[in-house]
Amino acid sequence: MPMTITEKILAAHAGRDRVSPGDLIEAKVDMALANDVTAPLAIKVFREIGVERVFDTNKVTLVADHFVPNKDIASAEQVKIVREFARQQRLKNYFEGGESGIEHIILPEKGLVLPGQLIIGADSHTCTYGALGAFSTGVGSTDLGAVMATGEIWLKVPPTILLRYEGSLKPHVGGKDLILHTIGLLGVEGALYCAMEFTGGVIDRLPMYQRFTMSNMAIEAGGKNGIMEPDETTLAYVAERTSLKPDIFRSDPDAEYEKVIDIKVDGIEPQVAFPHLPSNVRPVSQVGNIPIDQVVIGSCTNGSLEDLRDAARVLKGRRVSPGLRLIIMPGSPLIYKMAMREGILETFLDAGAVIGPPCCGPCLGGHMGVLASGERAVATTNRNFVGRMGHPESEVYLANPFVAAASAVMGRVGGPDKL
Amino acid sequence: MEKMMIQGKIWKFGNDIDTDVIIPARYLNVSARSELAKSCFADIRPDFAGGVSIGDILVAGKNFGCGSSREHAPLAIKAAGIRVIIAKSFARIFYRNAFNIGLPLLESNEASECLSDGEDAVVDLATGRIEGNGRVSQARPIPDFMAKLIDAGGLVDYIKKVKIGK
Repeated sequence: MPMTITEKILAAHAGRDRVSPGDLIEAKVDMALANDVTAPLAIKVFREIGVERVFDTNKVTLVADHFVPNKDIASAEQVKIVREFARQQRLKNYFEGGESGIEHIILPEKGLVLPGQLIIGADSHTCTYGALGAFSTGVGSTDLGAVMATGEIWLKVPPTILLRYEGSLKPHVGGKDLILHTIGLLGVEGALYCAMEFTGGVIDRLPMYQRFTMSNMAIEAGGKNGIMEPDETTLAYVAERTSLKPDIFRSDPDAEYEKVIDIKVDGIEPQVAFPHLPSNVRPVSQVGNIPIDQVVIGSCTNGSLEDLRDAARVLKGRRVSPGLRLIIMPGSPLIYKMAMREGILETFLDAGAVIGPPCCGPCLGGHMGVLASGERAVATTNRNFVGRMGHPESEVYLANPFVAAASAVMGRVGGPDKL
Repeated sequence: MEKMMIQGKIWKFGNDIDTDVIIPARYLNVSARSELAKSCFADIRPDFAGGVSIGDILVAGKNFGCGSSREHAPLAIKAAGIRVIIAKSFARIFYRNAFNIGLPLLESNEASECLSDGEDAVVDLATGRIEGNGRVSQARPIPDFMAKLIDAGGLVDYIKKVKIGK
């Protein structure tokens, strides 16, 4: 029986020859992940279950990235719980301080997640690693606590929606625009309970960092995972980071899909998601005149070195609009260092930016750039819900790094063609 | 599923209620349930945390609980007193989280539309029968595996009983 890549990975981890959508399976987990917000609850659950040790000290990764450097006493206490647990359990992969960055950027960067794996994270954007050809999905803390104890998870095999992208991309259009366009097409619950499989000539030509951006936002359409078949680009990326051998799975040509959607990309402009849903997208040429107070470039969605290069290309030799706050958060210490070496950080500083440490920062309104009432921000992040970046009466517009950088210069929402 | 009747006041919400409005991120620096309950719906419905009673019922439209994976969201709702959520559909991580912590969810388009804020409703979790506003609607019954989780009191107790045999 033919299967999709998602079904094949799930079957392999459930010890079965095949699975079909709707099957309830118990699957073995290759990597379990939590952060400083979700890990404390997961650790509490782990202790309630009553086992002594985690199932595998190499397969549990804890990353302090949400409210770090610790933003207040309560956050410091939470991180302390995570740190002490990691030490007590002798976890190989606990990241904090100068070793840490945004979880979904540092796990691929360090070669900790591989094609063919089953990855479970207590963070909704765990779907990012689908770009490597892994089955990767977000869960809550109780699920994660149970995975840390047992190394297994119950999953319902999802039906798959196949999204095929063909054509040529316009300048300044990339993975962020493709996924925002797709979320606009499907709606925020359009892929509910489903696997999203991205394919087509456009995906084949897409660099790894833009593939991560697309898989990262599968959750914003309600998807369980957002997967791509591994190819030469994937394998080259992985080979530079680990000597471990990846498992390559591909969908059978006659696999069954819940739905097949063909997307012609030629006409797609840079996309801007208006408040207060990621599906509320408009082409950048149709945004009108929207003055802004802040621009944020970074996050697990667009915090890669290449994203920073894209922003720097627009900001080179320019200054941000008077009074506008431009906040840039490199995704990892390595990205920070490379950006420094390449002179990108200098470009940002000359443009009037504040450069933050590698962490989630203002994306979820935690700290380092929270919005006041009535303020508006353009952000390369992933969510623009009510109050996401601060006051419930503030607004967030989602866009790619080119548009974010251009908006910072103009002081209003707009693309680099308007500069 | 063991017999379980819930009778309480309805708190009604719309479509696409995300976890950022269920519990804004600025309140996620703690994980004590009683503290989380105080901040539940703080931005969009400030009267909720103070007004809700144990046994009350939350009714919403489609895609309830979308967004982040924070389990603080269903924990805050449960700790505030809500004993069942009825919606047209639920975001999948929220769905898992709610059953994992022993908070049952029912899917019903009809009940989601006909139930009104502030009125009383009676819900039979075993059958999915919902009575309120002078009408009876039938939700999809809770799937077997989820019912086992609720019967066990959540995933932790289920694993203790079934997987580890304690």
